[in-house]
Amino acid sequence: MSTDLIDPGVAASVVARALSSGGEFAEVFAERRGGLTMTIDESRVESVQSGAEEGAGVRVIGDGTTYFAHVDGLDPTDLERAASEAAGALRGARAEPRALQPSAASPQPIARRPEDVPAERKAALLRELDDRGRGEGGEVVQLRASYAEARREVTVANSEGLLSGDDRTRVRIGAQAVARRGERAETGAETLGGHRGFELFDDDPGLIAAGAARQALTLLDAGPAPTGSMPVVVGGGFGGVLFHEMTGHGLEADHVQKGASVYAGRLGETVAQPLLSAYDDGRLPGEWGSDAIDDEGTPTQKTLLIESGRLTSYLYDRLRAERDGVPSTGNGRRESFRHLPIPRMTNTYIAPGEDTPEAMIGEVERGFYAVSFAGGQVDPATGDFVFGVSEGYLIEGGRVTRPCRGATLIGNCRDALAAIDAVGNDFWMKTGICGKGGQHVPVGTGQGHVRIGAMTVGGTEL
Amino acid sequence: MSGRPAEGTVGLELASRVIEAAVAAGAGAAEAYAGETTTREVRVYGGEVESLTAAAQRGVGVRAWIGSRVGYGFGTDVSPEGLGDIAARAVDAARVADEDEFAGPPERAGEVPELVGLSDPSIGEWPTARIVELALAVESSALQADPRVVGVEQAVYFDSSDRIAITSSAGLVGEFEASSCYAYLQALAEDEGGRETGLGFDLARGPAALDAAAIGREGAERATQMIGASKPGSRSCPAVLDPTVAASFVGIIGGAVGADAVQRGRSPLAGRLGEEVASEAFVLHDDGLVPEGIASSPIDGEGVPRRHTALIEAGQLQTYLYDTYTARRAGASSTGNADRRGYRTQPSVSASNLVVAPGSADFEDLLRQARDGVYITDVSGLHSGVNPVSGVFSVGASGRLIRDGELAEPVREFTIASDLVSMLRAVRAAGAASRWVPFGGSVSTPCLLIGEMAVSGA
Repeated sequence: MSTDLIDPGVAASVVARALSSGGEFAEVFAERRGGLTMTIDESRVESVQSGAEEGAGVRVIGDGTTYFAHVDGLDPTDLERAASEAAGALRGARAEPRALQPSAASPQPIARRPEDVPAERKAALLRELDDRGRGEGGEVVQLRASYAEARREVTVANSEGLLSGDDRTRVRIGAQAVARRGERAETGAETLGGHRGFELFDDDPGLIAAGAARQALTLLDAGPAPTGSMPVVVGGGFGGVLFHEMTGHGLEADHVQKGASVYAGRLGETVAQPLLSAYDDGRLPGEWGSDAIDDEGTPTQKTLLIESGRLTSYLYDRLRAERDGVPSTGNGRRESFRHLPIPRMTNTYIAPGEDTPEAMIGEVERGFYAVSFAGGQVDPATGDFVFGVSEGYLIEGGRVTRPCRGATLIGNCRDALAAIDAVGNDFWMKTGICGKGGQHVPVGTGQGHVRIGAMTVGGTEL
Repeated sequence: MSGRPAEGTVGLELASRVIEAAVAAGAGAAEAYAGETTTREVRVYGGEVESLTAAAQRGVGVRAWIGSRVGYGFGTDVSPEGLGDIAARAVDAARVADEDEFAGPPERAGEVPELVGLSDPSIGEWPTARIVELALAVESSALQADPRVVGVEQAVYFDSSDRIAITSSAGLVGEFEASSCYAYLQALAEDEGGRETGLGFDLARGPAALDAAAIGREGAERATQMIGASKPGSRSCPAVLDPTVAASFVGIIGGAVGADAVQRGRSPLAGRLGEEVASEAFVLHDDGLVPEGIASSPIDGEGVPRRHTALIEAGQLQTYLYDTYTARRAGASSTGNADRRGYRTQPSVSASNLVVAPGSADFEDLLRQARDGVYITDVSGLHSGVNPVSGVFSVGASGRLIRDGELAEPVREFTIASDLVSMLRAVRAAGAASRWVPFGGSVSTPCLLIGEMAVSGA
């Protein structure tokens, strides 16, 4: 456990000062963060960058308003300054802070600390990715790969007596390839990451560079994407970003409580066919979106979101949980001590179903197979979403026939979720960086193959 | 909450000390960037303050060169010991990097322009209570604008005051202050025709220049005009892009003219200098000196003077944008386009303010010229829907149909597809009224009429 960033006595004093002019709740969040990133491009290791930051955010909640201040530095004077700043605008009744009770949270185990691995070894890893990607074929004209390691030690203390901490280490590599044939240029991308140490790269990290290169090469042969409404089979792993965007965000309680979610007021209702169940799980061992506690000190948990088609839970931080009179689901996350916690997903996935991908595709007369996405965007209030397909194929007569480029999936999440008519028995997770309200946090997405009965594909074929 | 920390804790003196430390740690040359920022943010909801944030940030970033290897280190600890650590990080990083013959610190280049108007005193003069009032006024003006506006998901005011100092062992020294602020809201409108959201925003150097009522009205109008929207039929037709949509595409073009993307073969504009890449109706400049542009500053992110650069004129691509590294690689001069998002990031080539020259057509003229087509008010999925290497794109869009030269019913859930150069060549006219838009960087653009665009809907 890591509650030693700030002395418990200092934490108690800061919390008390934050409440000195009023307020019902006060909290100090202290953080030390550091990391190393580097890139290989044009077969040259470059952009080697290393940083270390520490600071704290103090918030006070009074009469429904959150007062927040953050400072760089963890000296007691820095913390007291943040507390005074946060308390400065409050006038009113004040709560007595409770004595701090340290609670034990077990950080995710890290077998090989990345800081202990020589930087040269990381540069060598990038050279391996470069070789593997370029080795896929002469048409691979560019390969760019990146390595990132980050450690975040956090301590949280609040006026309800909570004192907890976490020590988080994440590593991630990514590869982007460009393949060229004449005037045609296509790209492919793959990533591998986890809440893990350098042991994550024990197996065969070069696979991701080879995968990115193959994706770009495949797209060189791609024709225009079809246009119109048709069945869409979505690939596993990062295909889960579709569920993340179209449903996950709508279940975050801040959107829900403002009525800015199509799922507001629909707990207990049927939102999908009975074959679909989905979870958010911040405890999955080693996964990219996992932590021991969230950024308010609540232990992370596995939350059943949709049970056999029925909506069962939203995702809560403390503030929104209190408003609904329910416990926090451990989803109060923040990008850093410079941000307020808000409800965020951790690892979100559609649970494995009964169907095989082959059978799912075999039943489609004419449709689209979206293997991987470049990203997506959703408006939780209306449920409208759009996804860029990075690797997609046409399905004709129950068979995958040819690759397509430039396809976009567009629709409304309520319709699309309800239209999922098959869930695959294959399952894996992928890593993502999710942005919301200007804050970026690591999230895992996952699923097996999934089929949506009808969805609009926006292509280049008129 | 004042949000104003003690001044003068970070500056040139501190930056110089880091350089000394880097040289002592083994660097042949070094550059330090010291930044100090104070920010305030107000979020309101339902006539109440949801959150108030006041913050102070400061930190230092160092580039260290050992021969032709370069590394970067940064941190928040500005004690003598902390500065030593930051410098050591940069030097260690340089030892891992491969040699690059073009790597090296920027040299002194020309006079630093004097820029006035980068800081607006109203930021310091407006106390918290007054910016709270402004945020509340943004929210209430949307609610009052139209009875179909049933709520505002969030109304936000944000301001920031920055002090930046850059110095290098090669003798470059520069320092400046700048302020900026913005306010926006997301209005929710609803009736039996359905529910829609609309964004309203404004940005300026200080809160006194923000028009709260106009922000609210814009959000209300964007939301209400979309109620009852349906999917349009698939076809190829003229399209009028509103300034927010035009700005998003212009931002992507700004990325494509960056010399880094060009040199690494990741730009659809690579190898096309002097070629016809747009119609004559589309004129684009990069202007790092225009005071209204939020990206303006006397020096860029590595201390080189900012300037004004013509990018596309007479339909032809005039130049790429360079920082010191890419300029050396191309045998050109830096155009003062080293961008820096703060002490945590090393400089990289980026457009400053992208300015599209306005034309002569007013909005009604553009609709008449389009005759039958679509008016696009929103695009989504840009970061995933544009292939940055080939320029081919397919993105989600919504807006209104244009019928017989006038705005008709709203449409949504369709995609528009083309490639960047084909789209620029198809620009038939630019509107007369420009607007600053913070999407895709800092962009000033009018509406653009595109002669033909593929629309995929029902």
